Amino acid sequence: MGDYLTLFIGAVVVNNFVLTKFLGLCIFFGVSKSFDASVGMGMAVTAVMTLSSILAWLMYNFILVPFNLTFLSTIVFVVLIASFVQLLELIIKKQAPALYNMWGIYLVLIATNCIVLAVPLLSVESSYSFLKSIVFAIGSGIGFAVAIVLMASLREKLAYADVPKALQGMGIAFILAGMLSLAFLGFSGML
Amino acid sequence: MKDLWKIFSKGLLDENPIFILALSLCPALAVTTTVLNGLTMGLTVLFVITTNNVVVSITRRWINQKVRVPVYITSIATIVTVAQLVMQAYFPDLYKALGIYLALVVVFAIILARAEVFASKNGVVRSFCDGFGMGCGFTLAMLSISIIRELLGNGTILGYSVFGASYNPALIMILPPGAFILIGYMIAGIKSYNARREAKRLKEGEA
Repeated sequence: MGDYLTLFIGAVVVNNFVLTKFLGLCIFFGVSKSFDASVGMGMAVTAVMTLSSILAWLMYNFILVPFNLTFLSTIVFVVLIASFVQLLELIIKKQAPALYNMWGIYLVLIATNCIVLAVPLLSVESSYSFLKSIVFAIGSGIGFAVAIVLMASLREKLAYADVPKALQGMGIAFILAGMLSLAFLGFSGML
Repeated sequence: MKDLWKIFSKGLLDENPIFILALSLCPALAVTTTVLNGLTMGLTVLFVITTNNVVVSITRRWINQKVRVPVYITSIATIVTVAQLVMQAYFPDLYKALGIYLALVVVFAIILARAEVFASKNGVVRSFCDGFGMGCGFTLAMLSISIIRELLGNGTILGYSVFGASYNPALIMILPPGAFILIGYMIAGIKSYNARREAKRLKEGEA
């Protein structure tokens, strides 16, 4: 049990994917302008990442390993995740149009995102068990959600600040992310 | 010829993938802790983006519009896998240092964007120039970021000591926060340089 907890907390705060490994930056900076959007994005990423990790784990252990094709894992995972997200989009559109109107746009954005690809690849590389890879994926997703929601709250406040002209927009957003990352660095002694 | 040069050179500064388009930032921050890593990543992307542009440009007539994105992704993933295997065989240390980020070249937005925006509409030679220019711009950006980070964070360039033993390195530059903050200031610097250039051009236009 302790093992799983360590893995989970590690993925959420200590090795936060956005702030210490720089993954998913495109959506992290792109969607963190409003609080509501960032919450939606965080949830969508967590869900997609968990589901695609499960699929990737099954694919890797039951197809790629027996046929000795592990060197193809990058190609297989990319195609798998991209098509899975498209499928998910279709299903949600048909079955739950209300949900689709709220979050559909985020699904399109994450179809080929580095964080969604990195988590399955990393858990395969570390040869996690099935349960462990799920815990790892959920933790990473929550870590991403925490980071993007924090960032969005800060950026909403930032709208009232008097930022030098050259730094406005992306510049100050990066420096803000640097400060957040500095704060998360404080967790590194925890485990 | 002049036309080709224009296609090539726009990737270097005016449409620099990292500083202006702000695409594919993950690697720019993650692997630029040393100049060697930054340079290797830059050259890998240069190779992938150029090859993919050529492949997409050659096959553009036969690919159905509806399935073009999956086709592009598969083509990129194949080229990246080739690069990965070559690096694993000949430069195992670098392969280890770049780790997961090498596989993630597949999903760099800049590569797919060039295939979609440029190579799918242009001939082979022009697409080659475009990919080569974008790749060079990317490599240039990686190189400049990693030089600053290694120099300030470790006092060295490519492992050679620059400031001597008495230099007390600013460790934060090698840690993740330093990367974010440095890129923030670099984007600001390029933005104000471009704004000044624009203002000068306007002024000259008036006179």
